[in-house]
Amino acid sequence: MFDIDRWQEIFQTISKNKLRTILAGFTIAFAILLFTLLFGIGNGLKHSFEKRFSNDAANSVYIRSGITTKPYKGLQSGRKIQFRNNDSKFINEKFVDEIQFFSPNVERYNVQAIYEGEHNNYTVRGVYPDYQPLESAEIKDGRFLSYLDLKRKAKVVAIGRLVEKDLFGNKNALGKNINLDGISYKVIGVFSDPGGDQDERFIYTPFTTAQGMYRINDELDRFGLTYNPELKVDQAIAFSNLLQKMLKEKHNIDPRDQSAIRVQNYAEDAKNVQQLMFGLNIIILFIGIGTLIAGIIGISNIMVYIVKERTKEIGIRKALGATPSSIIGMIMMESIFITASAGYVGLLLGVFALKGIADTVEEYGILNPSVETSVVIGATIILVIAGSIAGYIPAKRAASIKPIVALNDE
Amino acid sequence: MIRIEKLHKSYPIGKDSLHVLKGLDLHIKEGEFVSIMGSSGSGKSTLLNIVGLLDGHDTGKYYLNGQLIENLDEKKAAILRNKFLGFVFQSFNLINYKSALENVALPLYYQGMSRKDRNKIALQYLDKVGLKDRAEHLPSELSGGEKQRVAIARALVTNPKVVLADEPTGALDSTTSHQVMELLKEINREGMTVFVITHEEDIAAETDRIVRLKDGIIISDEKVLKKATV
Repeated sequence: MFDIDRWQEIFQTISKNKLRTILAGFTIAFAILLFTLLFGIGNGLKHSFEKRFSNDAANSVYIRSGITTKPYKGLQSGRKIQFRNNDSKFINEKFVDEIQFFSPNVERYNVQAIYEGEHNNYTVRGVYPDYQPLESAEIKDGRFLSYLDLKRKAKVVAIGRLVEKDLFGNKNALGKNINLDGISYKVIGVFSDPGGDQDERFIYTPFTTAQGMYRINDELDRFGLTYNPELKVDQAIAFSNLLQKMLKEKHNIDPRDQSAIRVQNYAEDAKNVQQLMFGLNIIILFIGIGTLIAGIIGISNIMVYIVKERTKEIGIRKALGATPSSIIGMIMMESIFITASAGYVGLLLGVFALKGIADTVEEYGILNPSVETSVVIGATIILVIAGSIAGYIPAKRAASIKPIVALNDE
Repeated sequence: MIRIEKLHKSYPIGKDSLHVLKGLDLHIKEGEFVSIMGSSGSGKSTLLNIVGLLDGHDTGKYYLNGQLIENLDEKKAAILRNKFLGFVFQSFNLINYKSALENVALPLYYQGMSRKDRNKIALQYLDKVGLKDRAEHLPSELSGGEKQRVAIARALVTNPKVVLADEPTGALDSTTSHQVMELLKEINREGMTVFVITHEEDIAAETDRIVRLKDGIIISDEKVLKKATV
């Protein structure tokens, strides 16, 4: 295998027979290039879908109240429905098994936040510690709110990454005090949120703190929860329907009233997204396998052609003392060398092409089109193996035909 | 050097088989210059292929250099060909993308000789056939006679026991044919056993012994009487 003389012989054959080298090399390089491009673009589509739907936990449910539109049980329409702390208790007691994370929510818009000379307006949300997984928020620095903060009605806040950037510039906000509507709060954590800029401009404070500050008695604005991830999509939808029905009963709302209590369940969206992702994965897989098969067929044809073309040469070599194994070895090493190096060229071209188009295709919803190196190397290895098998079969046949027959081949 | 006893060979043609060689007996001693004469279909090429280990025989015995040839697999045959036999073909059979020198050196490559050594030896043999200055030329840049001389150099380069020539002058004009025969005579004078197949009387006449073949049977085997004037 590492006999220099043998490689010299092979390099000579390769360089003196440019047409067939180019044919075989081009097939492989092109197959790998196509594979990389299509696979990369498919992955790009996948990435952008993943990003679009990862804003909030996929199993989240939000419950909002509104104004009744239908009279019911002697009550007039146009009545405002107000959630209170006993609704929190009610939901939690009725759905112990179904609920994973739960948080009531008090929300205040356009709260002015000041730190030293800088100020800006933000939405302040009073929440439970459970709200963090609901929003898929990730703590960068410090911690999120705790139940102890809640119990103490502590004047603490967890702020979004962009709040820190707006008010603190490049400085660290952790441990500093910021002023919200004239009251000082200590920053205990900074978070980032895959939901994007808007979600990174929230300020979270303990629910009890916010309720005491902004609401009369035990009023609150809405609920957020995630259902038990073991629930199937249909079960999750049934759960949220039941929840809606029971809350309507509790507040004396006509069951057909659509606007008094609204339950937004991501399960249905999640179901669609899952199906879409599954479909995308199938398409990507199909593209990958299809390109590979096309490449395998191409290289097989060319190897058969190459060996056929060389039958006479093989006959001459055998007459001069070449053993069958040396003939097979020569053809195999040639084909492996050509397919492997051409595959590498195709891989490089594909990766560079993907990098080159990355900015352009982002406008069309293809995000970060890329291929794992291991996948492409795997594909190249498959093609190399296919090329060698495709070379081996005719080589074996050529090596085993009698030299006299090979010599007479024109 | 070559001893053949009751050699039979037939080729399958569809369901039937064509009986080509029908019990040949032939003994060629070391240093002989023998020609096999016969029209096409007489079995002379088949005989050469069997003698050259390019093809197997059905029944009978074949001794090459005292060694009985039987149950030969391709690998053993390849090694024996490389060691004992040199081939010269009617259509030269040079590898078209290799230079004259590389073509001559190829049998030595299959002996595992280093590039430097085999090129040195190949150049000596090219010199011997008078083509030292053509060493770097490709076969396409050589005339027919030159190609055949390269092929002869290639046949000689391993210093074989027997040179087998299949219609060596079949593709050449009479002048170059004569030159090629002179070259074969010269190597025979140096002690090489040379075995020529031809259908041309005047070519056969330049050898020392003519074996005539017809329909797979030897019909005559006689020494050539050298003309005193030559």
